[in-house]
Amino acid sequence: MSLEKFLQNALSSWMNHEGPESDIVLSSRVRLARNFKDYTFPTLFSHEEAKSILELIKKRLESEVNSEIGQLEMIEMEQLQALEKRVLVEKHLISPKLVDESTHGACLLSDDEVISVMINEEDHVRIQCLMSGLQLEKALQLANILDDWLEEAIDYAYDEERGYLTSCPTNVGTGLRASVMMHLPGLVLTQQINKIIPAINQLGLVVRGMYGEGSQALGNIFQISNQITLGKSEKDIVEDLTSVVQQIIAQERAAREALVKTSNIQLEDRVFRSYGILSNARIIETKEASTCISDVRLGIDLGYIQNISESILNELMILTQPGFLQKYAGGPLRPYERDMRRAALIRERLNLDTKEHS
Amino acid sequence: MICQECNQRPAALHFTKIVNGETTEVHICEKCAQGKSDLFMDNGGSGFSINNLLAGLLNIESNFQHPKANSFPKTEEVRCPHCQLSFREFVRIGKFGCATCCETFNKQLIPILKRVHSGNTAHIGKIPKRIGGALHLKKQLAEMKDTLKTYIDQEEFEKAAEIRDKIRALEKRVHAQGEGDES
Repeated sequence: MSLEKFLQNALSSWMNHEGPESDIVLSSRVRLARNFKDYTFPTLFSHEEAKSILELIKKRLESEVNSEIGQLEMIEMEQLQALEKRVLVEKHLISPKLVDESTHGACLLSDDEVISVMINEEDHVRIQCLMSGLQLEKALQLANILDDWLEEAIDYAYDEERGYLTSCPTNVGTGLRASVMMHLPGLVLTQQINKIIPAINQLGLVVRGMYGEGSQALGNIFQISNQITLGKSEKDIVEDLTSVVQQIIAQERAAREALVKTSNIQLEDRVFRSYGILSNARIIETKEASTCISDVRLGIDLGYIQNISESILNELMILTQPGFLQKYAGGPLRPYERDMRRAALIRERLNLDTKEHS
Repeated sequence: MICQECNQRPAALHFTKIVNGETTEVHICEKCAQGKSDLFMDNGGSGFSINNLLAGLLNIESNFQHPKANSFPKTEEVRCPHCQLSFREFVRIGKFGCATCCETFNKQLIPILKRVHSGNTAHIGKIPKRIGGALHLKKQLAEMKDTLKTYIDQEEFEKAAEIRDKIRALEKRVHAQGEGDES
């Protein structure tokens, strides 16, 4: 399969749309955790209960879905190969927990992969909406439509005082986790990030490296999300996060400007060295690839590099993960083979753009 | 220019930090810059994770409430009637077994919720349309209006003003919800 064709099939189509502030905000995500009344939560439920949860959802799918949501396809974890599951995880559509620990786990996906609903993960239902750029409010709106559609037919576990009841006390209340992925090379290079992270934490928000908890901040990509789900309305949670993100965007832009002003040639050198590595390397590990891809994306944003599309960061960050590499290779790969494949895929991807422009 | 960090190598990176309007110029060599960013990455990566800490948090809470922490029968007493999860087990896994657990462990839960959610224990967000509806609110509103009347009759104006503000806030919420229904 040609790379172009593979890309079309492999990447979620929402990634083709450039959302607001997409030079710094890669994606916005909203997640609602919900449980069904009178059913034990997934941590303790029986196989039968898990199955009936799945049946309830299937039955609900038979009725018409709101036109704003469109068609939803149900995929049961049992039907998937290990590699297929891994690819869904790498696209952030499902969690590793759903793959590894769920009983009768499944997900609902919309055509454009904006909506994904995990079933029988930590909670009975987790509605997620993923959009490009900074679009938290829009994502919340869509998640709410889907939430209301489910609630029309299914009773949720809800308490007047505590709100939506969830497995984990950290989600009780709104069950809402709103998050954004931000590319912040300017703040990292100027070391301001060290001061910004504690400040963000003080505002009741959490900052993590890419790929969730306990992982490194690969490629200067940070995830910022709300921590509090109780005592704040959904609207306030999303608005507060959005306004903090807007401030970080302003700081990142200022940092980039300062970098260009004070060390233009050093920055340009760094960008083109990384570009050189990506376009010539034969073996490349994830960490090095992430750093170089981040530099190249910064170079594109600053106008040093002109013949490569901005979406390269989003694309390559997802495509150079082990699951995708193996899918592209059409079979399992050893770690050193992956590093070779990764280098080859990056070279091919860069060629695709330069060819188009020449 | 010499690097500010190691005072040995020539500075290769120059930048200006602007923090709260205060401008600082920084000049460091590439090696020091590299070291710093690596250091940061490792720290940033292992970042604070509320879920991992939760079990610990719950433990602290239970020890705090029962100074003789190992008084086995006392902690075993609380057990959810629906899913049979004991408080001890809840503390270990950091997860509720079912919706009833929230009620069962209500007393122990309040300080935990306060810590996790910045002092909040009450939900003020979305209400499910069908099972919740505006009914709860309207009922609550009616009760509060009755209380207001009583306070006014008794000429307790300070208390009356307090509850009047609460009613206004609640009415706003009902109103907002009504709008939500139409959209």
